[in-house]
Amino acid sequence: MRVSLPQTAVTLMFVGLLGSARWLDAHRVTDRVAPAASDSLARFGFRLTDVAKEVGVDFVHHAPILDSKLENIQAYIGALGASVSVADVNGDGRPDLYVTNSAFDHPNALFVQQSDGHFEDEAARAGVADLNREGSGVSMGSVWADVDNDGDEDLFVYKWGRAQLFRNENVPTGELRFADVTEGAGLERWMNAASAVWLDYDRDGRIDLYVTGYFPERFDLWNLTTTRIMHDSFEFATNGGHNVLWRNLGSDADGVPRFEDVTAAMGADSTRWTMAVAAADLDGDGWPDLYLANDYGPEELLRNVAGRRFELAPVGLGEDSKSGMAVALGDTRNRGRLDVFVTNISKMGFLYQGNNLRLNQVADDGDLPNVADGPIADCGWAWGAQFGDLDHDGWLDLYVVNGFISANRHRDYWYDMSLVAGAAGNVFQDTRNWAPIGDKSLSGYERSRLLRNRGGEGFFDVAAAVGADDLYDGRAVALVDLWNSGALDVVVANQKGPLLVYRNEVDPARDWVEFALRGTRSNRSAIGAEVTLEWATAGQRLRQRQVVDGGSGFSSQNDRRLHFGLGVGAAIERAVVRWPSGLEQVLEAPRVRRLHAVQEPSS
Amino acid sequence: MTTLASEAPAAVAIRPRWRVPTVPAPYVFSSLITLILVVGQRESGIVGGYDRMAAALGTAIVAELVLGRVLRGRFPNVLSAYITGNSVTILTKPAAGILWPYWLGALIAITSKYVLVFRGRHLWNPTNFSFAALLLLAPSSMSLLSHQWGNDVVSWFVLAIGLMVVWRAKLFHISGTYAVAFTLLGVLRAHFTGRDPLTEIAPLTGPMYMLLLFFMLTDPRTVVSTRRGRVVVVLAIALVEFGIRLLPETGFHGLDVLLTGPPIFALAIVGPIALWLELRKTPDVRRAA
Repeated sequence: MRVSLPQTAVTLMFVGLLGSARWLDAHRVTDRVAPAASDSLARFGFRLTDVAKEVGVDFVHHAPILDSKLENIQAYIGALGASVSVADVNGDGRPDLYVTNSAFDHPNALFVQQSDGHFEDEAARAGVADLNREGSGVSMGSVWADVDNDGDEDLFVYKWGRAQLFRNENVPTGELRFADVTEGAGLERWMNAASAVWLDYDRDGRIDLYVTGYFPERFDLWNLTTTRIMHDSFEFATNGGHNVLWRNLGSDADGVPRFEDVTAAMGADSTRWTMAVAAADLDGDGWPDLYLANDYGPEELLRNVAGRRFELAPVGLGEDSKSGMAVALGDTRNRGRLDVFVTNISKMGFLYQGNNLRLNQVADDGDLPNVADGPIADCGWAWGAQFGDLDHDGWLDLYVVNGFISANRHRDYWYDMSLVAGAAGNVFQDTRNWAPIGDKSLSGYERSRLLRNRGGEGFFDVAAAVGADDLYDGRAVALVDLWNSGALDVVVANQKGPLLVYRNEVDPARDWVEFALRGTRSNRSAIGAEVTLEWATAGQRLRQRQVVDGGSGFSSQNDRRLHFGLGVGAAIERAVVRWPSGLEQVLEAPRVRRLHAVQEPSS
Repeated sequence: MTTLASEAPAAVAIRPRWRVPTVPAPYVFSSLITLILVVGQRESGIVGGYDRMAAALGTAIVAELVLGRVLRGRFPNVLSAYITGNSVTILTKPAAGILWPYWLGALIAITSKYVLVFRGRHLWNPTNFSFAALLLLAPSSMSLLSHQWGNDVVSWFVLAIGLMVVWRAKLFHISGTYAVAFTLLGVLRAHFTGRDPLTEIAPLTGPMYMLLLFFMLTDPRTVVSTRRGRVVVVLAIALVEFGIRLLPETGFHGLDVLLTGPPIFALAIVGPIALWLELRKTPDVRRAA
């Protein structure tokens, strides 16, 4: 048989095409991870070391055990609840940690930092340990704010069950003690909540609260009468729990803060399966907006219209449906804008949703284009994430924890899940139709990602290289300068795993600065306040905006103090503080390498 | 997928039982695909960006024109390539931020029609081959359609139109046989896996299987010629898929990649073998010409 030259050429081209597919695939994988390195301090300017046990943090999360009707996928449904939030609960200037447990009779922990840098669990003594009880549900996370503006940080714990608000009695008693004021505050309600955020949406100086429902609130997950409790679509489900906006009405005569449900009046509801929420002024109008990461559905930006109502912003989010797990806000390109990062799911061969990094152009053209690419897009089954300048180069890095269920390493549930995931919604809405998960893993044993910002031109994963090499099922991550060293440390809460505390050691030649804001006209915690820093380093002028955190990531809250890495030989030109009250305050040339305490001017 | 049905223009002409103008099946199918794309993108962003559609469609059409001209001396009708491009657009779900699976998938699909040929017929449905190849060669970058469309009207709309099209094209015996075989084998599989039978047959209710039933399996260029032969082939495909879906029960993980697209690989394995067996018994049309 004779074969023509063109036919031969096309055949060779065909073989080449198949080869190029292989090459492109391999190239994609190997081009994005820095190998483990012992000289990470020299190479990357920082290194992390887990010191949890060393500093007295000994905590293992326990997962909820739900109604036996859910037994076949108990491990899937009960895979939430590990969380961490940061607050200086006793006003000693040293950050403390609150972490949740999610099984009945397993206590939460409040790790209070001692003067020597060690931590002691004082939750029981303070009255915030014993929260996971039959009939009241289990903890899913917590957020801190000075709810009554009395000078100490109060605690809200959201649950699958009845959430609880604890008033900090440190002021005026001087003792670390909390009083459960949930009922008096009007917050008594059963919700299957997955996240919460503090924000002063009406800018009245009193901090308000937004809580997101995951499973519908009609379900008591320990006493079910039906197994049709799941989402009715993997991409466009709207049968989740309601979200609730609570307006802070101020405290009553006994000092108990009072809240009012204004969800309907403000148009702030969503019955998508909201997994995470963050609040900040994303459109530049001075009012804090809400950004929702929804599981089984598209993200939502609820735009705050002058504190009068929230509107679903038409910014193109509805067409991009994934499995939102966390929301982190950060000025990734030093433009003076808060960009949005939302984690999703990627699993080789089965599902590539990819994380979203949305550049904030809302104030310009009403758009939030997704520019995630390479390592920032694929972080496995990603959960919590936070921005912070871990290497002090002047650009925000990104820490992402991941992994869903780490069980039997040789048995995988992805194929089983694909049976129902590709089916019609009314099939997988019923848990009975899900294959039993048994001891199978589902995106288990994934390594965390530490994505180093390459000067605003993409990210590079250096997690393993700098020491963040754990394989636990990470859920929440919080960034905090734990020991007031000037460096951001990393705290990771793992599902059914230990709490990790990574101490960050940064190249001492690199500069930093921190700001601790205190509101007067604004809420005292200054949640929602923004600092835009302008500085010069290594011949370039940089500008970066950060916002005081009322809760972000997934089931986490960072230190309220703002931390900026500056690079080598930095000189700060100015810091502009925009308070929630609307007041703008300019700090001229604040010194580097120090924490600046800034109080809101009275006028 | 595959191309969806007719990568071959005018291969099947519809003979309506009522008095309406005769429309060649490929045009009906391509219109349906476009409808699915438009509705899917509008309702659920199923395309994931028009750059993807442009990459797949543009590459498929240009490749068809170039290869047809170079190898056969004429510019071919590009309807087939258009359908291939649409199929690639719909079913490709790559890792975030990469576009190359669209243009490369389309290019592999079209080129396969000119390379994997036996007696003048291409053995693989082009898109089916392309997907199977990419799932095997680029597992870190490639996955198949994962969207499901929930309980909304779109699913039923597609189901209704798909049924109408295969019925009018007299191909329902293929889709029907496969659906019945998949269901029965799913029930049987449940005995081995311990899963609920409904779990085993659940994939049949999703959009990917709608595309499989109404388009991939019924591609007129890559099915055998007799009605009985088609039934036998589709049963064989269902059986191979049955075997692939039992792989996890064996404890053998060497072929786990097949689990990322059981029907795709089943069709890619059985389809060309069946066509080859048939073609080898028939005269070589090129020589006869």
